[in-house]
Amino acid sequence: MATLLAFVIGGLYAAGLYLMMRRNLVKLILGLVLLSNGANLLLFTMAGLTPAQPPLIPPGASRLSTSAADPLPQALILTAIVIGFGIIAFLLVLVHRTVHAVGTDDLDAVRTTDT
Amino acid sequence: MTILPVLPVVIPLTVAAVSLLAWRWRALQRWLGLAGTMALFGTVLWLFAVVWRDGVQVTQLGNWPAPFGITFVADLFSAIMLLLAGLMGVVVVLYSLASISPAHEAFGYYPLLQILLAGVCGAFLTGDIFNLYVWFEVMLIASFVLLALGGERPQLEGAVKYVTLNLISSTFFLTAVGILYGITGTLNLADLSRVLSSEPQPDLTLTVAMLFLVAFGIKAAVFPLFFWLPAAYHTPPVAVTALFSGLLTKVGVYASMRVFTLLFMPQGNSIRLLLLLIAGLTMVTGVLGAVAQNEFRRLLSFHIVSQIGYLLMGLGLFTPPALTGAIFFMAHVIVAKAALFLVSGITYRLTGTYELKKLGGLSHTYPGLALLFLLPAFSLAGIPPLSGFWAKLILIRAGLGAEHYVIVATALAVSILTLFSMTKIWTEVFWKEYPEQGPSPASSVPLWSVPVRLALFFPTAVLAACSVMMGLAVEPCLAVAQRAAEQLLHPAAYVQAVLGRLP
Amino acid sequence: MTSLVLSTATRFLLPLMLLFSLFLLLRGHNDPGGGFVGGLVAATGFVLYALAYGVEAAQRVLRVHPRVLIAIGLLCALGSGALACMSGQPFLTGLWSGYEIPVLGKVGTPLVFDVGVYVMVVGVTLLIIFSLAEE
Repeated sequence: MATLLAFVIGGLYAAGLYLMMRRNLVKLILGLVLLSNGANLLLFTMAGLTPAQPPLIPPGASRLSTSAADPLPQALILTAIVIGFGIIAFLLVLVHRTVHAVGTDDLDAVRTTDT
Repeated sequence: MTILPVLPVVIPLTVAAVSLLAWRWRALQRWLGLAGTMALFGTVLWLFAVVWRDGVQVTQLGNWPAPFGITFVADLFSAIMLLLAGLMGVVVVLYSLASISPAHEAFGYYPLLQILLAGVCGAFLTGDIFNLYVWFEVMLIASFVLLALGGERPQLEGAVKYVTLNLISSTFFLTAVGILYGITGTLNLADLSRVLSSEPQPDLTLTVAMLFLVAFGIKAAVFPLFFWLPAAYHTPPVAVTALFSGLLTKVGVYASMRVFTLLFMPQGNSIRLLLLLIAGLTMVTGVLGAVAQNEFRRLLSFHIVSQIGYLLMGLGLFTPPALTGAIFFMAHVIVAKAALFLVSGITYRLTGTYELKKLGGLSHTYPGLALLFLLPAFSLAGIPPLSGFWAKLILIRAGLGAEHYVIVATALAVSILTLFSMTKIWTEVFWKEYPEQGPSPASSVPLWSVPVRLALFFPTAVLAACSVMMGLAVEPCLAVAQRAAEQLLHPAAYVQAVLGRLP
Repeated sequence: MTSLVLSTATRFLLPLMLLFSLFLLLRGHNDPGGGFVGGLVAATGFVLYALAYGVEAAQRVLRVHPRVLIAIGLLCALGSGALACMSGQPFLTGLWSGYEIPVLGKVGTPLVFDVGVYVMVVGVTLLIIFSLAEE
């Protein structure tokens, strides 16, 4: 399972980077989405894939049962997803405005501030 | 005082929330911003004093013990960086009072500034690698909006590149954190340091170190990952540029210094050589880019890149004097570079242009402004007795001591080129005659009111004075930097303060 | 574009979703749920209203600007952390009241923090979606 996920992660990174190297602003966003999801999946995989219970303390008990999953990566992924969501929302607005200001979604046209 | 290490984050966040509530009352927002940054500066002064007197300050958020909860740690290096962040906050808010347009204020300029400061302070304080990622993002989101605020075409174009590159860097960061957690099962920096030094896994550690290097390298704008910086930094209002130049790239450098000294340096000889190589190339490409520029702010933007090289050189040498030099250099370059950006803003207000070719003759009409430019510019180029001279002297002597002669030669050559590009600005803007026919616009500018003049010149003068003071009072400043470097080189005290026991 | 089915259903769905979001918020301390999910559900309710009746109508129903919600949520969360500081504990330490309230159980500063998260998530989500809808 971990090997399969490793290939999926690799595929997501590759597809994300490939999309970002196209000359289209919308593909740039899609590439970033794929890339950040690849990173989230990597966090998930790296913490170890084990068949386990949800990390909830049963009523009456005072600690997690030993068969529970590690809750930390889940918290990390949730945080990363939320941050990614906020940034992608901002990026959408930014690209929308940029396309209006530049008049095209071609990345090669976005070069007037380069040196 | 367990509350002290969280205050530098809590104060700006509270001020930001209150400013959001005061959305329609712009004047109130301005004064809140000023009062908030003053309070922040006071707090970090206090924190600095406490850290200097009592050593590393730690607070375990939520009272969860160290490797499990999130820890906020203030060692001397953090305290110095916080002090600089507080100073920059006050200076930039003061300068903004006179220079930020009502349109910017209407989009929440002041709350965003506070959120940016909270992110920066959080990054300086946190002792948890994932939390560092979170504070990076807080800072970056605020900076994205500040950069794009106003929505003019150059700003949007710069912002697209800035956002994209920083998102890629964040992905690298997250990947590194994921792998690191997979290897060690912990995210607390002190605990990571303990685990990695007791059970070394050289190959995986090297992989993770390279991922961190790329992630922080993009944020710190090192060679060959710096292209977003000169394309973006000259587009927003000058107060924003000054803040970015002073804090954002330096947070990247801070993070690499913190993470590499704690986690990877004890074993990493090859990492050090790589860092030195990157440092040299960063210095050279940055300064060559600066020499080729003919626009005030673009030239200064390239100089930011070049100065980052010196900071990395200190980290790459990794000897006590080298780290002392790097920390001193950090303080010097934040102050001097921000002062230069503020001067460029005043010049723009006077003449309406940043193009060096269209400027001229300002030393006759505004000798005070010329002096304010001259001090930080000479300091940056390394003219004694200003702060830059001492910073470079210590770094170069450290390089000689470690027998890395190539990087020393590079640093010296880059220093001369820096002087050359600073004199270029000096002759073009201040010394040569005004190039076009008729009176220069600078002579016919309407007289500014006293508050405006105060808000523009006072912060600039404070920064220039700081640069001079750091040069004159070099002994005490060096003593502070030296002790901070000692703490970085011997992380045992840091680890013990966080974990509460010997590693 | 107006749909009779959607606009009629929304009238009933919005209060139901708000109630459900409160349920999630209160359940969240020991079970799946919490301020974040609750806030998202509440925000979804208002987004649904915006789809059915337009953004302006949704803003009227919300009564305050989402920006105000962000500020209040942030202050709530910070305040819950600061309470612990006043009793000499580290920032964000959970403090609990001694006695139980019938439905809620023991109440403490983590609930205040969660309420802050809830309000802030509603504010942020709606701010993003309203401004995207107005583009």
